[in-house]
Amino acid sequence: MTNIANTSERAGGNLTAQALREGFYAGVISLGLFVLFVGLETTQNIRNELVINQRWGLLAIFVIVAAVGRFLSVAYLRPWAAARKASAAARPVDEEVSFFKRNFSKIAIVALLVYPPLMVMLFGVQGSLKWVDNFGIQILIYVMLAWGLNIVVGLAGLLDLGYVAFYAVGAYSYALLSQQFGFSFWVLLPLAGILAAFWGMILGFPVLRLKGDYLAIVTLAFGEIIRLVLINWTEVTKGTFGVSGIPKASVFGIWSFDVSAPNNFAKAFDLPMSSAYYKIFLFYLILALALLTAYVTIKLRRMPIGRAWEALREDEIACRSLGINTVTTKLTAFSIGAMFGGFAGSFFAVRQGFVSPESFVFLESAIILAIVVLGGMGSLVGIAIAAAVMVGGTELLREMTFLKAVFGPDFTPELYRMLIFGIAMVVVMVWKPRGFVGSREPTAFLKERKAVSGSFTKEGHG
Amino acid sequence: MEYFVQQLVNGLTLGSIYGLIAIGYTMVYGIIGMINFAHGDIFMLGGFAALIVFLLLTSVFAGLPVVLLLLVMIAAAMLTASLWNWTIEKVAYRPLRGSFRLAPLITAIGMSIALSNFIQVTQGPRNKPIPPLVSSVYNVFGISISLKQLIIMVLTVILLTTFWYIVNKTSLGRAQRATEQDRKMAALLGIDVDRTISVTFIMGASLAAVAGTMYLMYYGVTVFTDGFIPGVKAFTAAVLGGIGSLPGAVLGGLLIGLIESLWSAYFTIDYKDVATFSILAIVLIFKPSGILGRPEVEKV
Repeated sequence: MTNIANTSERAGGNLTAQALREGFYAGVISLGLFVLFVGLETTQNIRNELVINQRWGLLAIFVIVAAVGRFLSVAYLRPWAAARKASAAARPVDEEVSFFKRNFSKIAIVALLVYPPLMVMLFGVQGSLKWVDNFGIQILIYVMLAWGLNIVVGLAGLLDLGYVAFYAVGAYSYALLSQQFGFSFWVLLPLAGILAAFWGMILGFPVLRLKGDYLAIVTLAFGEIIRLVLINWTEVTKGTFGVSGIPKASVFGIWSFDVSAPNNFAKAFDLPMSSAYYKIFLFYLILALALLTAYVTIKLRRMPIGRAWEALREDEIACRSLGINTVTTKLTAFSIGAMFGGFAGSFFAVRQGFVSPESFVFLESAIILAIVVLGGMGSLVGIAIAAAVMVGGTELLREMTFLKAVFGPDFTPELYRMLIFGIAMVVVMVWKPRGFVGSREPTAFLKERKAVSGSFTKEGHG
Repeated sequence: MEYFVQQLVNGLTLGSIYGLIAIGYTMVYGIIGMINFAHGDIFMLGGFAALIVFLLLTSVFAGLPVVLLLLVMIAAAMLTASLWNWTIEKVAYRPLRGSFRLAPLITAIGMSIALSNFIQVTQGPRNKPIPPLVSSVYNVFGISISLKQLIIMVLTVILLTTFWYIVNKTSLGRAQRATEQDRKMAALLGIDVDRTISVTFIMGASLAAVAGTMYLMYYGVTVFTDGFIPGVKAFTAAVLGGIGSLPGAVLGGLLIGLIESLWSAYFTIDYKDVATFSILAIVLIFKPSGILGRPEVEKV
């Protein structure tokens, strides 16, 4: 007994010494990392020459935070995490899942349906605009895109870094065709999907032989080529200026949202004029589109083609030797995923009323892929949660005006949006490589359905 | 003809820079099989370190000889970039080494976003122009070669020779090649695999930092987004030459530089990046092993 007490005490002493040492190293390393970039700043003076600005105070904060953070993490956080892990392993897994967890998706859909009226009630018609548009629609677009990409990456295991190309195809198809030929949104929505699916097929054909990382890079190249063509083909796409004045969508042609139209929605119901109705309509539209994506995904997973996708993801060689045609399997995955990207793209064009190549940069593809991976690849609920956290979280940053009181009036939280997004991607990946929802229910099973931990399945070998 | 040779010279200069970056991609891919997506941003970071040191030196000691100035810039850029890449490998890539294949790629993409935005936040989003460091131009048989271009090419040759020596003749290089072939076996034979991988990242970063300094000197301007396009082009170079092969990376870099400058000279400059990306796609589709790479044999 005394023996044990002794060792733990000695370990405690060692731990503090080790933590002090590691904290010191962390301080030195962060000094080296930040001395040039944080300690000094390059700014333009009045004569437009670059001059150096010194910020040693800020550098000191960075170094101290790194050193103290490392010390605390080694001395306290790590032993605590280890103890928690040990106690969690000892505790039997509770079988009973709560009502909330079992019916999560139903509750979520109901919550989303009542979300716009609730916001109108809470913040008034005009005040709800921000919540419905910036949070609701913005997040749902990413949910839909991520669910679309999930068919390619999560189900078929084909890593696609150029998904934004199909989004662009959808957006530009709607923007250009509605302006040139005056077609309505409801005609062009399916058309945009078909065009995007067609492009998915075109892209899919040459890359059939590629796997994993190489596939990722070629799809990245295709995404960039499409963007560069959009920029440089100025006669059609108006280049970097983009296409503006894209017509609004209507409620199946019955009510319009144009102010001058006789069948204006607000006039028809004797409501005060506001752009909020259009946003609420768009909210339900994107919700319906996203749910359609989810419905199709769930149905397809139970069909032979969905089974073939999952087989392809797990092992391509076994798949081929069992007689599955990998060519059609891959092409359908690409084109169906692209189709949903096209739908989302035409919705994006209708919502913004303006499209330019700026919206379809590689970063967007990276964000969508990050959401799919962080959501646990293949899990629809996980992806929706990841989209809400990542997109909603960065949107929330815009709202944090109280930070100005802490960091001074020059502080603009939006600037830090992508920095935090990038760091969050790294941290979540290191902390939970399998994403937020790391287990997967098999769709085909013998007698009993057993959830498989994500670590037993393979991805990205496509 | 003179026009053509002139474009060749320009292309070789650009190609040397791409080649230096490409080595980092190819070595990391060879040793741990991941595409280090953040490598382009390490290159940008190196350029910024050089820029800041340049401003610091010229404001403190005016009239410093250019040679000394350049050497200090390169040294500072190499040190900073190496420290960054070493830290990133330790913090972000090492914990995921045993994980599924996509994990390190996603982390690297996140790191790339974080790095470029870190520079945007700390150094501002605007272009950073510097006055020309060296401006002499020589005229050889009607072709004008600037001193900048000569410096870039000579420095590339020196670095590549040193590098070739390290990889092929020293015990460190042997450890690297052994780790590349079979990590587990190398560890069993007493090679410190973690350290070898760290050193690989440091070597890649220092070459990228030199490339970043040269890029800054050549164009006289840098900006926080400068990592992405040169990064993708250097990766294209690595793939074109055969990923995992060091001479291949340099050859690929030179080819990409030549293609780019000749394309801009004889076709339209607007589509020069489209040309590079198309080459990447075509090479990967028809000859994924590249020019000098070994074909990958699939074991079942």
